[in-house]
Order: sequence, then C-alpha cells, then structure tokens
Amino acid sequence: MAYDHNLEEPGSLEVEYFSTFGTQRGGSDFHAYWAELEYGATAWWTTELYLDGQTTFGDSTVFTGYRWENRFRPLKNEHLINPVLYLEFENTNGADKILKEVEGHDVESDYAVPNALARQERTREMEFKLILSSNFRGWNFTENTIATKNLSNEPWEFGYALGASRPLAMKGAAHRCNFCRQHFVAGVELYGGLGDRYSFGLNNTSHYLGTGLAWNLPTGWTFRLEPSFGLNGNSHQFLLRWGVSREFSGFGNMVSGLFKGRRE
Amino acid sequence: MKLNQFVIACLLLFGGIVAAATSQESPKGPESNSVYAELKKAPEKYRSKTNPLANDADAVAAGGVLFEEHCEECHGKEGIGGKKAPSLRAEEVQTSPPGAIFWILSNGVVRKKMPVWSKLPEPERWQLVSYLKSLGTATAESNSPGKP
Repeated sequence: MAYDHNLEEPGSLEVEYFSTFGTQRGGSDFHAYWAELEYGATAWWTTELYLDGQTTFGDSTVFTGYRWENRFRPLKNEHLINPVLYLEFENTNGADKILKEVEGHDVESDYAVPNALARQERTREMEFKLILSSNFRGWNFTENTIATKNLSNEPWEFGYALGASRPLAMKGAAHRCNFCRQHFVAGVELYGGLGDRYSFGLNNTSHYLGTGLAWNLPTGWTFRLEPSFGLNGNSHQFLLRWGVSREFSGFGNMVSGLFKGRRE
Repeated sequence: MKLNQFVIACLLLFGGIVAAATSQESPKGPESNSVYAELKKAPEKYRSKTNPLANDADAVAAGGVLFEEHCEECHGKEGIGGKKAPSLRAEEVQTSPPGAIFWILSNGVVRKKMPVWSKLPEPERWQLVSYLKSLGTATAESNSPGKP
C-alpha cells in the first residue's frame, strides 16, 4: 500500500483489522490478515505494531509474525513535496502472505509453498521507505521508494508504490452525516518489485494495479476496500484487500491520566 | 556489512532522528514560548489571502461540524481551550488574518503537537477558518496551556 505524508494525530490510537484475499495459481487461495495498533507519539512520529496471520484454504491457519513500523516527518512545514522517512523491523516466517508491499523478486509461486514448510523459514528484515507525497487541488499524489535488507546476509531488495487519491467532495456538509460525499476517498495505486542489488530491474518481478475506496465516518470508524489486479504472469491474478479501523482520540491523555491518578 | 554493524547503524540512525526532532521541539526564546507566536510566522503570501468562503452561508455551520470532528478533542468545546491545546477564542487568534489561521491549519505546529491538517481539502480548511472567526473572543480557561 502506498503511504502518504499524513501521520496519526498525537495521542491518538488507531486499531485496525486488515486482510488480503489472494488467488493462487499452483496452490490454494489464501486469506491473510493483520491486527494493527497505530499510535501518534508526536505530530512528527507515528509508531505501529502489526500482528500477522493467514489462512490458506485447504491447508491451515497460522500466525506469521510481527512488525514494528515507524514513520517520521522531518520537515516542520508543508511543502510541494513532503518527505516522510519510514523504518520497519519485521520478524515473520515464510508463510506470511499479507502482501503489504511487494519487493525484490517476490512472485506468485513463492506463495504456493504449504504452510508447514513455509513457516520454518524465519525472516528478520529492516525495511526503509522514502515517502514523497503532495497535496494538489484536493488530490494526494504519493510515491514510495522501498529498500529492504534481510538481516541474514541477503542482498538489498527494492520496490515501489505509487498512489493518487481524492475525497469525493471538497467541502464539508453543514450538518453531521455519515453518507456525505466528503467522507469517501477514492484512489488508484500501482505497486511492485524492482529486483535486488545484484539484479535490479523489472525482470522476474510482480506488479499490481489497484483501486481503493475508503469511508471515514465522523465517529472515528474507517472502512477500506481495495481490489488489485496482477499486471504480469508473476503476479497473483487478483488481490482483494479490505479493512476496518477505529480511531481513539485522546488515548495518550487517558493513559497518562490513569498513572497520574495513582501517584496522587 | 555484518549483522551487528547493521543493527547498530540502524539504531544510531533512529536515535539521530529522534534526537534531532526533539531538539527542534525546545522553545528558543521568550517569543517562541507563546503558542500563539506561530500565527505571526505565517508568510505574507498567506496573511494577505482572503477567505474564499467568507460569503458562503453554510461555511460557519460546516466548519462547526468539522471542528467537532477534528479539533474539539484538544481545543475544547467551541474552541475555549483544553488540557492539550490553547484557546482559539484568544485575542491573538481572533485578530489574526484568516490567511494566517489557514496557514497554521495547513502546516500544523508539529514541534508543539499541533498536527498538520493538509489532509483536509482546502475548502474544508477555509470552512474551519470561517467557524473559528465566528466564535469571537472569550477568556481562556485558567488551565489552558496556551495562555501566554
């Protein structure tokens, strides 16, 4: 998924369930999912913890690992292009199929391995992204450059994600409503791998084109639906990503209030 | 590069980013101690902007809805100020040009916990400005951290 430069508001906690259904040639279709806790530590730093799992139909359901993600906004003000630095530590096993991003030579056949075998492989990775995002006339355009280093002495892998999105209405309604057009955001996304340090490029890589619709309710709930289609023979033919999240504003204050109360 | 060196390099990078950002958070003088000082930093290009929705009959009501959704949590009901953020009914805000308030909304004050609201489309930010300007001056609560 392509990130933009908007971070979580400071002190807010977002809890999300997100899943990916994928078709699989040469194996069984799968349903991968994560539970995410996203916290706005400051206005310039958002930190997230993910717990991943997946079900491969006709095979098994497995926990596949965790990821800790951090996003930093290095510049104080808004610019034409806004950079955000992304740093993630990933400790997953080979059965992880969440496909949050595509990198290196990730191809469809990698995901056909039975869970019992795939989960024996441990993956400890550091993932870096440079997110460049712009807002222009209500549109958001974003470009993510991805570089991943497996800590077990494997070469750097690269990937990309490009996205454009826009709310369906630019003005807010004069009354509270759930179905007003300004609460819906539609977008398109292109993402894929760029090989590794020794074979950089498009050879033996997978790529996807997707659309997305998000519904942000004023109560803090968000629903997302993102169908994607594989663009070459190395890609899954179809991925359906969807998620539901709830934002809790003032979570940080609530927690610090609890501890203050105990000291008094 | 060996694994240990790589991990140490990552930790140093992480520490550097946090340290740099934290150092920018410290106020640098008496002027910057006031949370309202940021309004004066708005570039002339923005200060001279007029609110394109100034004559929109719905702008204040729509801004009120947006304020309730995004701002009230920190700035308190009707912008009177809260434990986390200053009053928006203070004279410094109410006498500021609409363009300066728009600039603050668009850029945030990230070193002082005010988020960037550029994710809201421009018309929605102007609706918020219309609403804030309609509130008028009122005394901030004594516990407001924004009271200069």
